[in-house]
Amino acid sequence: MNGEARTPGPYDATSGEARTPAPYDATSGEAHGSAPSRPWIGASVGRREDPRLLTGRGRFTDDIHLPGMLYAQFVRSTMAHATVTAIDLDGVRQVPGVVAAFTAADLDLGDITARLDRPRSEYVPTDMPVLARDRVRYAGEPLAIVVARDPYAAEDGLEAAKVTYEPRPPVTREADALAPGAPLVHDEAPGNTLVDVSMFATEGIDTVFAEAPCVVAVEARTGRQNALPLETRGAVASWDDREEQLLLQTSSQTPHQVRTVTARCLRLDERSVRVVVPDMGGGFGQKCVVGREEIATAAAALRLDRPVKWTEDRKDALTASFLAREQHYEARAAFDADGRVLALDADIVCDMGAYSCFPFTAGIEPLMASAEMPGVYKVPAYRVRARAITTNKAPSAPYRGVSRPQYVMVMERLFERAARELGVDAVELRRRNLITEFPYTGVNNITYDPGSYREALDLCERTLRDEGWYERRAAATAEGRHLGIGYSCFSERTGYGSTAFAQRKMEVVPGYDIAEARMDTSGALVVTTGTMSHGQSHETTMAQIAADQLGLDLAKVRIHQGDTDRVGYGWGTFASRSIAVGGSAVRLAAAKLGTKLRHLAAARWGVPTEETELGRGLVRRRGDQAQYFTYEQLADIAYLKAHLLPKGLEPGLSATATFDVFNDGTFSNAAHGVVVELHEGTGQVEILRYACVEDCGVAINPKVVEGQARGGIAQGIAGVLFEQITYDDQGEPSATSFMDYKVPTAHEIPNITVAHLETPCAFTETGAKGAGEGGTIGAPAAVLNAVNDALLPTGVELDSTPVTPETVARALERTATASPRPEYTRLERTR
Amino acid sequence: MKPAAFTYHRARDVDGATRLLAELGDEAKLIAGGQSLVAMMNFRLARPRHLIDIGGIDGLDHLRTDAGGALRVGALATHHAVHTAPPDRLGPGHAVIRDAMRWIGHLPIRTRGTVGGSLAHADATAEWCLLATLLDAELTARGPGGRRRIAARDFFHGYYTTALEPHEMLTEITFPRPAPHAALTEFAERQGDFATVSAAVSLDLADDGALRGGRVALGGVDALPVRVPEAEEALGSGAPPGPETFARCAEAAAAAIDPPDDANGSAHYRRTLTRTLVTRACEEAMAR
Repeated sequence: MNGEARTPGPYDATSGEARTPAPYDATSGEAHGSAPSRPWIGASVGRREDPRLLTGRGRFTDDIHLPGMLYAQFVRSTMAHATVTAIDLDGVRQVPGVVAAFTAADLDLGDITARLDRPRSEYVPTDMPVLARDRVRYAGEPLAIVVARDPYAAEDGLEAAKVTYEPRPPVTREADALAPGAPLVHDEAPGNTLVDVSMFATEGIDTVFAEAPCVVAVEARTGRQNALPLETRGAVASWDDREEQLLLQTSSQTPHQVRTVTARCLRLDERSVRVVVPDMGGGFGQKCVVGREEIATAAAALRLDRPVKWTEDRKDALTASFLAREQHYEARAAFDADGRVLALDADIVCDMGAYSCFPFTAGIEPLMASAEMPGVYKVPAYRVRARAITTNKAPSAPYRGVSRPQYVMVMERLFERAARELGVDAVELRRRNLITEFPYTGVNNITYDPGSYREALDLCERTLRDEGWYERRAAATAEGRHLGIGYSCFSERTGYGSTAFAQRKMEVVPGYDIAEARMDTSGALVVTTGTMSHGQSHETTMAQIAADQLGLDLAKVRIHQGDTDRVGYGWGTFASRSIAVGGSAVRLAAAKLGTKLRHLAAARWGVPTEETELGRGLVRRRGDQAQYFTYEQLADIAYLKAHLLPKGLEPGLSATATFDVFNDGTFSNAAHGVVVELHEGTGQVEILRYACVEDCGVAINPKVVEGQARGGIAQGIAGVLFEQITYDDQGEPSATSFMDYKVPTAHEIPNITVAHLETPCAFTETGAKGAGEGGTIGAPAAVLNAVNDALLPTGVELDSTPVTPETVARALERTATASPRPEYTRLERTR
Repeated sequence: MKPAAFTYHRARDVDGATRLLAELGDEAKLIAGGQSLVAMMNFRLARPRHLIDIGGIDGLDHLRTDAGGALRVGALATHHAVHTAPPDRLGPGHAVIRDAMRWIGHLPIRTRGTVGGSLAHADATAEWCLLATLLDAELTARGPGGRRRIAARDFFHGYYTTALEPHEMLTEITFPRPAPHAALTEFAERQGDFATVSAAVSLDLADDGALRGGRVALGGVDALPVRVPEAEEALGSGAPPGPETFARCAEAAAAAIDPPDDANGSAHYRRTLTRTLVTRACEEAMAR
């Protein structure tokens, strides 16, 4: 492949309209071999989930009510760091309505353990108990579970708990954690360091920096954030006597991993646990790790032999759930006089809070950043040290983008700064350094498959130029207003297979996925996946893949997900893996089923299978359009007239397929272009224009891809301008409601246009790459660059996030004394 | 985030409500729209043993302009009702009040939250408190001892504290005079948040357009909404209404205040916002 992007049909970069969905043409069912025409892939069909979700007929975990069900809440630590000398629950048990209360000692559960297979110098394993025993490491850590007949009584019960603490000094900041002689969060982790990895160090890199004509540096800190699914976490646990099985209905992106860990902690065979996931209101990574509360809820249900529900309230969700994103970068880049990047050097510290999450461990952020930081640029020399430190804050989990929003922001700041130093246009500087020939193996030993890095950036810039934003910026400057234009350019590894995950040296290695396609006697298809849509529209997109493969009407395909008893194992939905990996498994399973259908028809006709072909809902005899079996006719034989089956063909119509990726995965890419206006006197950052050009290979459903991009961008904007989890000096969380945790609303998120390029992936079964995280990755860099562009006359540069209005207002106060932006003319002239 | 147990009472009329307040003592709270109280109860920051629901009391959601030009707003009128009031009930002389409603929370909050609830809760950045302060409103309260009227300047005592006696309830707020050239504006990081700073200005313009004086009120700069006489002086100096006068007014306001310094904004930033918002409010008031 030559890496050239195809523009799929006419599209309008300004309106962001997707290409027109291919109409289903009844006459186009002409099949060739086993590959019938594909009317569904690439069609922006409406989401099949929407009628139920938009009319309030979805069923979420909290909607589940079982007979005799009890309600759980957790006694949580009020101290950030302490030795627990006593937990007295006698008073709790006296509270009217309280049925039971259990501590760790009462339940005797195994710990949640996630490990990396790395030497102790690189990784210190720590275990996370389901309920804290004699030590608490963050305010909000669960100490006991209280079970009551209603949620109100459960909270009354919490107030009656008496916990005796011996306070320890809390470690809440990086500087405190790394200070010599700092108090230890985990006694076994000296220096409060859980991960310390120096993955790359190109020989001679110091000389490159010493001799380079241009060296720029960026120090950036990014605020701690909450992934903030609208639906908080929750679980309903009950014991099924007939199945001799625990039924755990829970809001999880990874039902099988929840099953594995629940079985281990409860010391049950894994077959004795069934995890079922109902509708989900988001996850964004916070629900792709196993939570302590869901396991404690299960343990309480087993102990009481009654169904128990736990629904996380918003205060706990903000303070005691999994968090993410708090990182510190000290990075340098060297360039030659022509603007070619010579070297990159980064020291990265990720504050992972109190514990390692399962299965990713505290390595999730530093390992991602180390491996991927050079990104879309041809960086010849690279050195990186990345650490995970542990502090007395709620633990970190993956959050949409995982480290990429941060390192892309730092990379793009380095390029902007170098452009200023060198006096070249920042977009041009990127062009000189982008990877344009594929496959490309980088200094980070990753092989990038074909993408449209250059084309996406060109189109994004052209869009803003054609719309006159550069002239508007100049006019605004003349009026004393502050407009800025910023870009980001990045790729995102999606479709991590077992091989790629194994390189992280996780003890539990995700990667492959399994799908089963089963046709019933009426010719309808049920596809069961190991992925778990929590907003990604898999009921629509996976069905499009299967319908295409078999030439079925979309209405004939039903997707089933989120039930561990219905598929052997699955890795769920995270890391933008579902369409790339799970979708490929779906296509393979459907293809296998298609082959079975052809075998059956061929046998009935007494001809070789090669002489058959799949058509629209039927198998035809090649060369004779008049001879065919409908799928219903074949299903009737396969199930209800098995005596007609030829020897060697088993009754029934189902096929299972697995798919894995055996290389470095596939890279989606995008460019974002942003125009902001900064308002003097308030510091408000108003986003006037947001243009995204994305390439996720073959878009199964362009509207769904756009939705993913827009939602992701909203979360990226949230990180760069609004949200931050904060603590006081004692480690007490201070953002306990949406009043203080400033998640932006529809008012603050601008219209976003999304244009598509299409560089098909060579090794996924549909040509698709992942599309789940790119929006979040590109937004912080593009917005921050635009803010800095607008601040150019002030001489102030902002590299850390969130950028608050007060910060901007202070920077703009320098406007009065600043020089006009001389760089403008110089930057323009280089084009 | 579930409230502690409480007993629910429903009042049929004002006498019934105030009688219950007297009977139940400090353990009782009135509830109307519940938009602040219920959130505090869910966090168990407020734990009233008794809630007296006044939402069903008839005749307290009125909104009318007297012949003399005074606007009377019943304590149970919702923000949304004021926002969408027809001109015959809320005329151009009080358009500032209708327009200020858009700053209050979000639509669901405005459809439930009430005027009286907002005033009695007395958040220092609440729009109703600022309007009452700006426009010299008079608040009517009823208690076991009967009815009394309290001037806005005497009503607000500090953070969430007012002149209301424990057994009293607000029944009405009266804005005595039309204020045709007035505006309220504010800044918060997100639309619908409590303002970091809010500013309201009412200009006294003569028929010939001359500026005869004006009033300036600020929220978010003190424990209660405040008038700023120093800024008002700039409006009453005989200077023509225009950018220079408004800038002087805004500067005087920023210099006069001693705003808090907290996580939502430093004192310096609040002064910057005051300067911006007073200017903006003057311009908007002038443009009416």
